[in-house]
Amino acid sequence: MSFLTLSDDLITPNGRRSFLGNSGLLLSGAAVALLAGEEALAAKGGNSTESDVRVLNSALGAELEAIAAYQLGAESGLLQKPVLDLAVTFQGHHKEHADVLAKTIAKLGGKAVSAKDKYTFPTDKLKTQADVLRFAASLEKGAVSAYLGAVPVFGNRDLAKAAASILGDEAMHWAILRNALGETPVPSAFMS
Amino acid sequence: MRAVVHALAGLALSSAACAAAVPVRSDPNAGEALYSRCLACHALAYDRTGPRHCGLFGRAAGSVKGFAYSDAMKHSKLVWSEKTLDRFIADPLKAVPGTAMGYAGIKDPKERADLIAYLRRAGRSPECAEAAGGAAKNK
Repeated sequence: MSFLTLSDDLITPNGRRSFLGNSGLLLSGAAVALLAGEEALAAKGGNSTESDVRVLNSALGAELEAIAAYQLGAESGLLQKPVLDLAVTFQGHHKEHADVLAKTIAKLGGKAVSAKDKYTFPTDKLKTQADVLRFAASLEKGAVSAYLGAVPVFGNRDLAKAAASILGDEAMHWAILRNALGETPVPSAFMS
Repeated sequence: MRAVVHALAGLALSSAACAAAVPVRSDPNAGEALYSRCLACHALAYDRTGPRHCGLFGRAAGSVKGFAYSDAMKHSKLVWSEKTLDRFIADPLKAVPGTAMGYAGIKDPKERADLIAYLRRAGRSPECAEAAGGAAKNK
């Protein structure tokens, strides 16, 4: 299976534990960047704040769905190690994104959306590990595009920067999932 | 000299008007690839962060039963067609201020035309026919 070979390439030379630890550090950096700007965000207010909260809530809704999607994948019995570990790690990133987004929305005076009781997923089409990876990759690619489309519309540049930081993480997920599928991990020089 | 400038300006405007009148040739296959940009929030047959796209054409904006739209979308009075979709996708926040779709938009008219052509084709797909059948049963 090509994904096992490619995954091993990603994991070496420092081992999977090190890879996962480093990923966590990257996300912590993003969270710090966002939270560091919170007071300034709250103080600025203005007409754009309401719009920013709406954008953040849409992002939060998508992150909460991604968490549920990875949970579905993890519990499907279709993912084998080390792919399963990657999925759980990526789910953890989405949890961190969701946590930061919810806290930021609250700081801005908004009400963060909650996770739905139930999500609809194309479970009838998820029969193999590759199906699950392809589905996850499609969500991650969509997330990259969504954040890319959100960055220019934030009234507050600190929020745009934070969204761009999350975008970078989603792009890494997408590339690694493509790699696991045996596809060119980074198929083009630009994202859209 | 002034007359020449006016004539040239008039010619330029006429050319622009002609260019604008030429319909953009759309490619639903290219639009299908572009649809990957929408997949963080949308699906054809079921609601996600954004509403489903099956049954989109001719549907009043903000009218999918059970979907939590923004007040702005619910009151937009838009009915989705090639024209309204083109305007909305180009700049959602300008077309419907207050929409929850916080997205800068697709600025390239050809890309918008391709995406809309795909949505039109997808609306006739078995997936959408099945979704419509399921919705009818649930009524």
